[in-house]
Amino acid sequence: MPVMNIKDFSFTYPGVDSPSLKNINMKIRKNKITALIGPSGCGKSTLLRSMNRIHDLYPGNKYDGIIELFNTDTNEMQNILDIKKENEFIELRQKVGMIFQKPTPFPMSIFDNVAYGLKIAGIKDKSELEGRVEQALKDSVLWKEVQDRLSKSAMGLSGGQQQRLCIARAVAVKPEVILFDEPTSALDPISTGAIEELLVELKKDVSIAIVTHNMQQASRISDHTAFMYLGDLIEFDKTENIFLNPKEKQTEDYITGRFG
Amino acid sequence: MEKIFRNLSLSSASLVFIILLGIFITLFLASKDAINEFGIGFITNPNWNKEVSIDATDKSSQSAQDFSLEDDFLADDEDDMILDEDDAILDEDDMLFDDSIKKTFTDYGALVPIVGTLLTTLIALIFALPIAMGIAVFLAEIAPKNIAAPISVAIELLAAIPSIIFGMWGLYYFAPIVADLVGGYQVSLLTAGLVLGIMILPFMAAITRDSMNTTPDVLKESAYAMGATKFEVIKDIIFPYSKVGIIGSIILALGRALGETMAVAFLIGSIFALPTAINSPTISIPVAMANNFGEASGLGESSLFYLALILFVISFGVISFAKLYFLKGAR
Repeated sequence: MPVMNIKDFSFTYPGVDSPSLKNINMKIRKNKITALIGPSGCGKSTLLRSMNRIHDLYPGNKYDGIIELFNTDTNEMQNILDIKKENEFIELRQKVGMIFQKPTPFPMSIFDNVAYGLKIAGIKDKSELEGRVEQALKDSVLWKEVQDRLSKSAMGLSGGQQQRLCIARAVAVKPEVILFDEPTSALDPISTGAIEELLVELKKDVSIAIVTHNMQQASRISDHTAFMYLGDLIEFDKTENIFLNPKEKQTEDYITGRFG
Repeated sequence: MEKIFRNLSLSSASLVFIILLGIFITLFLASKDAINEFGIGFITNPNWNKEVSIDATDKSSQSAQDFSLEDDFLADDEDDMILDEDDAILDEDDMLFDDSIKKTFTDYGALVPIVGTLLTTLIALIFALPIAMGIAVFLAEIAPKNIAAPISVAIELLAAIPSIIFGMWGLYYFAPIVADLVGGYQVSLLTAGLVLGIMILPFMAAITRDSMNTTPDVLKESAYAMGATKFEVIKDIIFPYSKVGIIGSIILALGRALGETMAVAFLIGSIFALPTAINSPTISIPVAMANNFGEASGLGESSLFYLALILFVISFGVISFAKLYFLKGAR
């Protein structure tokens, strides 16, 4: 069952004539990990950043087509490209969280980092905040490492810990989808392994879309894989089909390392 | 070659220390007479160029009379002052002359200019800080580029205006408006502080804007991606992130406000009297020095150097405190 459905989606950056994404059709399925792979500049990050409309922080972008998100309140698909009001954007981003390439701890304590999304969502009750923060930190396998220094600055954590903190921060608001934009490319192999394990754990509660340069990573953790090239979606299928039995020549060439 | 280069750069660097130390030593030597005469009590003594009789009984009435007369002068203009000269004995030459006959000595104390300096600086900061933050937030986060650019230029132009122009503008156009609004004198602590605030505004705004601009986009994006509003991003991410730069801008502005002479000289009233209200005239350390150096000699001159030393120590203290704070904050 899809939580997000992308139909005939095209995207154009401001000041550029030709679209950076052309007629993309794909689905993000519930409680699955969907990987976006492709060479640099193929538009996979652009596509990911369209899914919570973070592009809209900068003016002049052009969207065409439809990106639907499953609305749990009405049990209907809702086109997120129709969103115009700020409170609707806030709602969208609480449902569709995002993790970036580099860890982005906020300049505050570890506890406040994880509680941040909850606080701005209006949760004030202290015991509820503490409970949700603890749960989120446990979900992101960080609790044991930070439980006795929750009030210390998040800047003192290692890179891998910071990234897991960001994941905890995103998980805490209980989103439906989390978008990962190359979450391990700034981390060492051990931290990368920890994050990958965490992602597989997390898909029980949340649907995941991940952009990665690392094909082994895509094959290890994802259920579905989309191969993109120069703004086109070349192939989208189950991960084992993409890696073992690709239908398109371009996909095969990329997978086998013949280009890209 | 390598050695020469090294020594050259080393000597350039040590020059700063030598100049700093040299200024401190000259100030100290020149103010030695006053330090010997008045000691540390100079700082808390509200008299300046006040004739005090050695004879104790005479002294109190004499200085009390002087004080009331001087108060009257606040309202009078200069012509009156010259007419009253004989009775009031305010002219310095007269005083020196009287010294020898009546066995009096001239008392100098720094309390009034110190209070004046600190209060004008405080008023300037209180006035400028919120406005500077508003400008910086607008330029860094809210304004589109085509509006931010001309405003940035305007702010830099404001910083380039010589202080004497601020002084004249303040005296002729700004002070009457302030006096109309709050009453009291046109030249006062308040007007001097406000114009000083306008002068330090561009520094604070520009430095704060620059440090806000160093907030990484991805950090702001990740806050927006949590569902934060623009206000929340500014409050929770940008301000904490650029805290060090904001404090730096405040310190720089403070340094400038403490030492500003010309604009304040126009506006503060140059009266050696403790301010009784926010709109009463007083004097600041740099103004006291600028106004009195021409005629000063002997102990008076030495006292001015003592004042300079005090200003030096205040500024130095403020900057060192800030530096220590920074180093602590950076870790």
